[in-house]
Amino acid sequence: MLAYYLRLGLRSLRRNPVLTALMVMAIGFGVGASMTTYSVFRAVSGDPIPWKSSKLFVPQIDVWGPKSRRGGDSRNEPTDAMDYADAVALMRAHRATRQSALYQVSPSVVPAQAGQHPINVGGHAVFGEFFPMVDAPFRYGSGWSAEDDERRAQVVVISGKLNEKVFGGANSVGRTLDVEGRPYRVVGVLEPWNPQPRFYDVVNSGGFSTGTDDVFLPFNTAIDAGMPNDGNTNCSETPKESGFVGLQHSSCVWLAFMAELDDAAQVAAYRRFLDGYAREQQQAGRFAWPPNNRLRSVPEFLDFEQVVPSDTKISLLVALGLLVVCLVNTAGLLLAKFLRRAPEIGVRRALGASRREIYTQFLSEASMVGLAGGLLGLLLTGAGVAGVGWVLPEDIAALARLDVPLLLLTLLLAVVAAVLAGLYPTFRAARVQPAWQLKSN
Amino acid sequence: MQIKPILAALRRHKAGTVLIVLQIALTLAIVCNALFIIQQRLAHLSEPTGIDEANLFVLSNQWAGEPMSKAQIDAQIRADVAALRQLPSVLDAAPSNAYPLRGGGWDTFIGLTPEQVQPTSDAAVYLGDEHLLDALGVKLIAGRNFRADEVGSVGLRENVIPPVVIVTRELAHRLYPDGSALGKPLYAMSATPSTIIGIVERLQTQSVDAWQQAYAYQAMLWPLRGAWSSGLYYIVRARPGQRDAAMREAPKALYAQNRQRIFDAGDGGSFAQIRARAYERDRGMAILMGVISAVLLAITAAGIVGLTSFWVGQRRKQIGVRRALGARQRDILGYFLTENLLITGGGVLLGLLLAVGMNLWLVVRFSMQPISPAYLGIGVLLLLLLGQGAVLAPALKAARVPPVEATRSV
Repeated sequence: MLAYYLRLGLRSLRRNPVLTALMVMAIGFGVGASMTTYSVFRAVSGDPIPWKSSKLFVPQIDVWGPKSRRGGDSRNEPTDAMDYADAVALMRAHRATRQSALYQVSPSVVPAQAGQHPINVGGHAVFGEFFPMVDAPFRYGSGWSAEDDERRAQVVVISGKLNEKVFGGANSVGRTLDVEGRPYRVVGVLEPWNPQPRFYDVVNSGGFSTGTDDVFLPFNTAIDAGMPNDGNTNCSETPKESGFVGLQHSSCVWLAFMAELDDAAQVAAYRRFLDGYAREQQQAGRFAWPPNNRLRSVPEFLDFEQVVPSDTKISLLVALGLLVVCLVNTAGLLLAKFLRRAPEIGVRRALGASRREIYTQFLSEASMVGLAGGLLGLLLTGAGVAGVGWVLPEDIAALARLDVPLLLLTLLLAVVAAVLAGLYPTFRAARVQPAWQLKSN
Repeated sequence: MQIKPILAALRRHKAGTVLIVLQIALTLAIVCNALFIIQQRLAHLSEPTGIDEANLFVLSNQWAGEPMSKAQIDAQIRADVAALRQLPSVLDAAPSNAYPLRGGGWDTFIGLTPEQVQPTSDAAVYLGDEHLLDALGVKLIAGRNFRADEVGSVGLRENVIPPVVIVTRELAHRLYPDGSALGKPLYAMSATPSTIIGIVERLQTQSVDAWQQAYAYQAMLWPLRGAWSSGLYYIVRARPGQRDAAMREAPKALYAQNRQRIFDAGDGGSFAQIRARAYERDRGMAILMGVISAVLLAITAAGIVGLTSFWVGQRRKQIGVRRALGARQRDILGYFLTENLLITGGGVLLGLLLAVGMNLWLVVRFSMQPISPAYLGIGVLLLLLLGQGAVLAPALKAARVPPVEATRSV
């Protein structure tokens, strides 16, 4: 019977080609706009490390105190980055399963081949525990050991891209890389790895960043080498001493910190530890205020830092609004169309078709509109995702992708939308009184 | 024109009427807000920087190779700017730590007394030498420029507070609203005062973020060369019409000075590129809102055409009867135009409520500006015209139904 209804629907749709085209286009555009903006939203609001994000935490310590929070800020939030003293103290205490203080660097690297220009690369100074903590994928070699951290070894982990550029893509473990004029031994080469949002250093990347991290250096080694931070530095007062060392002695915040905590008990214990630490600092006279710490998991921290641009949210909402308008439009057109066929419905009902049969007939016609709209929507979504670089900054546009789940979702959304739009018109069609229709003709 | 029969007819198509009213209302709500967003973004991205944008370009210069001492870097910078200024296509050049619209950079709190706890303002810091004003092409409206002997150098994170500064008019006004800023001190997170020796008409800060709008023109110039190991910017102002030539020659001139440097192509560039980069988001949002509004209006117009055509087809017989009873073509046309006006009018009234509601929500949730009534007016007018335009073709078709239609049975 369904096949028969589909044939009937097709015939009915062909009878009013303009109206049919209108409905298909409405669904197609509505779905296309929604899915294009959704693909961007999905890309920027995604969890960059879903299998582990609930175990990774960002501690925040109130190093500036309440006086630094100006007028309007009533949330009493501590700074989102950390100063050097606290970062080092948390590393020394070593209370989490794994942890790393880290800061952004931008050293120059001199390729080994003669005659090549030095290049400037982005990277981070981290502790050896960083790599297993964030599940960084290695192609060759591995990270460095706690011992390397301790004795300030000149070792480096590089990205596959830098390995390609400097070593021609060969296994470069054990070879030497000139970083800021000093020789570093390559201990590991990463697979392509560029998690977005860059969850391990949201403070400096603002969430998204086009450049990959090309070098990872040991934190202590970088500090000893006087390799300054390349990211944001915020100060509530001018450092008393000059230079990068002065920055380390100041209360300026410029470091990120991440800790891996395996279960709720460990999280609670870490919270207690942070409060205890802040109380100690208060007793020592460094903080003139009671403990005011935060310990947010990666998803909570991304939310707190508002990494999803509000433009992306507004675009998605406006596009969904467009879809609703398209639905209402389709519903209106279907209603007019179905009710015009009241005599036909009357005859069918008089000949014994149940209401259920009428429902099946008209909803299958609506879903055919949906399917056709979905196919058009697919094309438009494809064009939209391809053209998104035209309206969005590179760092975000590059993240929007067309994949199988998105394609299936597009088709599903179109059919569901069309069936929803067809529900009320079908309800009205099924209520047609056979007697009335037969009498009037 | 009789309204009553129209209302009576609409009552027979209650559901259809409600749906089209709803569609018009939603369209109005979205289009008003989208137009308002577009206007806001366009206004934002056409804010002036106050500098000579047409002839300006910025070179992002990073040092490479053997680490140099502060004195070495400073000497290199001096040699570099001297070389740049000698190029025939270059009007002037200066070293700096930043440039307008860079997207963020150094800013500092400013107070009027050394022991002030709550700062009076926040201001962007531009380092440079006595050529910076000229290289940027900003206009000095009071006081004087830096003298060459006032320009010093500063190492990375060295705390050097210059004894003299130049500020923007906005900053001068924020600090000393009575207009007496010239010659007065300011304190940039330090106990050392800096005396305001000059005031420039306008100089935009590095950030274009919405939350820094209030500080967009609060900037000051410090007579310091940033001799930092990380690098600096060369701000180069070409002679009129020679920017492209200057952009080709400048890197060569600098490489001739010293090869141990890297020019970052993703930072700086011609000011047209800088502007495009800074406002990419805003321009994109405006385009996206424009596209969505256009699609929305087209769908709604098509919906009105489709539905009215359908109603006309349905009422051919009644129209024939009316025509046979003496109604003129004009009356039939008027009937459908009025019907549409009533429907659109209803939709617009509902839509105004929705538009304001949606805007309020955007204000609360995304701290947008409250919509100005002008945009509601434009939206209403747009939809009324759209409705009338869309209904015209089917209404004309209806008007052409011959009276003889009345005599034909189905």
